Amino acid sequence: MQMPLPSAKVLAEKALIVKRLRAFLPRDSVIDDPAETRAYECDALSAYRCAPLAVVLPRTTAEVAACLRLCHQMGVPVVPRGAGTSLAGGSMPSADAVVLGLARMNRVLEVDYANRFIRVEAGRTNLSVTGAIEGEGWFYAPDPSSQLACAIAGNIGMNSGGAHCLKYGVTTNNLLGVTLVTMQGEVVEIGGPCCDAGGLDLLGVVCGSEGQLGVVTEATLRILRQPEGARPVLIGFSSNEVAGACVADIIRAGILPVAIEFMDRPCIEATEAFCHAGYPDCEALLIVECEGSPAEIAEQLGLIRQIATGHDPVEFREAQSPEEAKRIWLGRKSAFGAMGQKGDYMCLDGTIPVSALPMVLRRIGEISREFGLEVGNVFHAGDGNMHPLIIYNANVPGQQELCERMGAEILKLCVEVGGCLTGEHGVGIEKRDLMTVQFAPADLEAQMRVKDVFDPKWLLNAAKVFPLDVSASRRG
Amino acid sequence: MKVESEKALVEAVRGATRPLRIVGGGTRPVGALAGDPLQVAISGISLYEPGALTLIAGAGTPLSEIEAAVAAEGQRLPFEPARWGAVLGAAGESTIGGVVAANVSGPRRVQAGACRDSLIGLRFVDGTGAVVKNGGRVMKNVTGYDLVKLMAGSWGTLGVLSEVAFKLLPAAPAQATLVMDVPLTEAAKVLAAALGSQFDVSGAGWLPGVGAIVRIEGLEQSVTYRAGRLCDVLAAWAPKVMREDGAGLWRDLAEVTPFHGRPGDLWRFSVKPSDGPQVAARLGGQAVLDWGGGLVWALVAPGTDARRLAAPYAGHATCLRGAFAAFEPEAAPVAALSRGLRARFDPKGLFNPGKMG
Ligand SMILES: Cc1cc2nc3c(=O)[nH]c(=O)nc-3n(C[C@H](O)[C@H](O)[C@H](O)COP(=O)(O)OP(=O)(O)OC[C@H]3O[C@@H](n4cnc5c(N)ncnc54)[C@H](O)[C@@H]3O)c2cc1C
Ligand SMILES: Cc1cc2nc3c(=O)[nH]c(=O)nc-3n(C[C@H](O)[C@H](O)[C@H](O)COP(=O)(O)OP(=O)(O)OC[C@H]3O[C@@H](n4cnc5c(N)ncnc54)[C@H](O)[C@@H]3O)c2cc1C
Repeated sequence: MQMPLPSAKVLAEKALIVKRLRAFLPRDSVIDDPAETRAYECDALSAYRCAPLAVVLPRTTAEVAACLRLCHQMGVPVVPRGAGTSLAGGSMPSADAVVLGLARMNRVLEVDYANRFIRVEAGRTNLSVTGAIEGEGWFYAPDPSSQLACAIAGNIGMNSGGAHCLKYGVTTNNLLGVTLVTMQGEVVEIGGPCCDAGGLDLLGVVCGSEGQLGVVTEATLRILRQPEGARPVLIGFSSNEVAGACVADIIRAGILPVAIEFMDRPCIEATEAFCHAGYPDCEALLIVECEGSPAEIAEQLGLIRQIATGHDPVEFREAQSPEEAKRIWLGRKSAFGAMGQKGDYMCLDGTIPVSALPMVLRRIGEISREFGLEVGNVFHAGDGNMHPLIIYNANVPGQQELCERMGAEILKLCVEVGGCLTGEHGVGIEKRDLMTVQFAPADLEAQMRVKDVFDPKWLLNAAKVFPLDVSASRRG
Repeated sequence: MKVESEKALVEAVRGATRPLRIVGGGTRPVGALAGDPLQVAISGISLYEPGALTLIAGAGTPLSEIEAAVAAEGQRLPFEPARWGAVLGAAGESTIGGVVAANVSGPRRVQAGACRDSLIGLRFVDGTGAVVKNGGRVMKNVTGYDLVKLMAGSWGTLGVLSEVAFKLLPAAPAQATLVMDVPLTEAAKVLAAALGSQFDVSGAGWLPGVGAIVRIEGLEQSVTYRAGRLCDVLAAWAPKVMREDGAGLWRDLAEVTPFHGRPGDLWRFSVKPSDGPQVAARLGGQAVLDWGGGLVWALVAPGTDARRLAAPYAGHATCLRGAFAAFEPEAAPVAALSRGLRARFDPKGLFNPGKMG
């Protein structure tokens, strides 16, 4: 992965930069010892690593603003970081960068049930947002699988999704406002608990901007009442095509499940071997989850059974008890771990129109044979967000490159059928160089203009998202 | 000038020597109306896949054409776009581009989100005449910056939309409306109790002469069940349940029917829902509340500075009809960013000059 050469001037000024940071930050908020900065050298895309110049862990918005002001003045690149679970290299540093971590800003600032929002410091983990309100029967809807670890800051950076976004939307649909500190150190309040912010929708463009427009220090989030209950059903099919057709029919029938998850044969076999969830021996299976009171769930599942029966399922298994529900989800939830047993894996994240599902799965099978690497598919079928997992062996020279080339083939296919490179993980460095597959020069130019406005010197996370040659003239 | 294709639109923008006033259907005459009219008549549905809940259409497509097409498949635009023509006294048919440019969202916003939340892709022509596409036709997409949201609600000041793509939802087979005869002052409390319940409320407003109204939609048995449970939650306000909206209460709310043909200046306040009744009262009480109280439509005597009258309030006000700036001035740092964006997207200042500040 190509990264820009670090600035020699910044590297040479390290001691001065650290000294000036220490002038206004407590001692334990500035890390410059190479033994300790190593802990920040990568995110969950751990194939790529680079220790930063220094790490700062401020405790207040004012401290964040002071750090950014100083870095701006001294021309030091900054990489914002939440919990570092990005799968795209979004929070990977460069050697001349100060990593600005939000880990110490994790307080709940305000809970307002009457107006249905919570305001938190952005370093708070996703799950602990719900943790703060579940006692009263409320929850925060976006639920990435990494929710135990990942921070709201990173969720906003990547506009993250989750298993239940078919019904509740992704981060951007549940974000009401942010406190954003620009690279110049200016504190900007965008949006808030009112329905409309008025003016241009800056909040919409900040969410998903991968730490390139500013540092989010606080967030106002929409909260919802927990439903009365939820229950999954597992449906096995004799082919991917039939499973795909069943998904389309469920959607057309006007039923809106909270989740429709899809697994193909390689993935089913791997999870069976790994966790013995008792899945049927079939080509494809769907897990469909419905919410509400017992009677409401029964009504929805009744309709789903009717539709599924028309597709001649190999198996239709309704969870009759919480234990059965758990077993149905067990395989799905262990899928990544199960595939991991087979070797190293790369997780793709392209989205396709659901109508293209059978064709795309067939093509992925062909690509897999062509490259000689195994692939399993487990994904959110309701919204077409695929997660092909390619198995490779990092210790075999050349396999990682082979795997990356194969991944690129699959992502190009997603774009070709009308989809996109990434549905929830973000571009980061991982998909940066594929952006020209999806976007024309004018499309990228329009996006880069937004960064020009927020961060004229291109100091914030600048080597991400846009292909390096495309952003070269701006990065100076 | 009227353009019927993206190509013609590009030519019109490249050839423009004077500012343009971007016109869709001309039904939302809000804010400064300066410039030569450029009517976007790029019309027609180019893709509709009911099984994938997606639709793509030219920005000049009449809203009614889109609504009819999706209704025929038992689907709908989730955000319940309302027509403002009647309340603003403007004739004409709304276009989908105008709906997007104004981020028009009706009562269902409290459940299904605003127009911007259903918008998944678009194409537009910027002030240099370049065609830009963003988003696409899939529901989950974080590839690059989300200019889709930025364009929604930009009132034609960043570029001229040529095409828009939406995520749709199935239309609900059944609905129920709970009506409670409560005064304006108590409305937000009632609506908060409903919206804070487990019963998935899809509309919560207050209409003069009617009272608080709360809507539930979904499958038949589910609606019956939830309406019953919600009646228990709201028992203190003695709700009456209507299974049909024969009177068109939800249309009245979306289109602000109580104010049709009435004299006076028309304002829209976006505030914290619990502040709604108070703001409405300070404005004289001629009000309609939507979004649980978070949206206040108010009719005031001509020439009244409603912003001053309502102060102090957290939120913002739009003057839809009256001699005041349509959009409220933004806090300095936000205004600077917005100005910067407009200058980058429309460097010659061609589009709807002065509309948003
Ligand atoms: C096992 C596993 C499962 C996962 N499952 C999912 C899933 O189901 N759905 C999903 O969407 N993702 C998933 N992810 C990806 C990842 O967890 C998400 O992208 C998450 O939102 C990242 O949060 P973070 O706090 O770790 O952010 P980081 O990795 O620290 O940062 C992510 C991005 O946000 C930026 N950023 C961080 N903090 C700020 C800030 N304060 N201001 C502005 N920008 C900032 C960073 O610069 C970076 O570009 C998964 C990852 C793993 C490892
Ligand atoms: C040819 C013509 C000439 C007119 N001349 C006059 C006149 O001289 N004086 C007068 O008072 N009224 C005139 N009108 C009425 C006029 O249309 C409205 O008063 C006013 O322009 C508001 O309509 P609108 O387009 O804003 O409404 P809508 O179509 O509802 O649009 C709402 C908002 O969206 C923007 N918008 C609409 N479509 C797009 C798009 N595709 N891309 C980007 N932004 C968009 C608009 O600029 C506006 O800000 C005229 C109408 C037409 C069709």
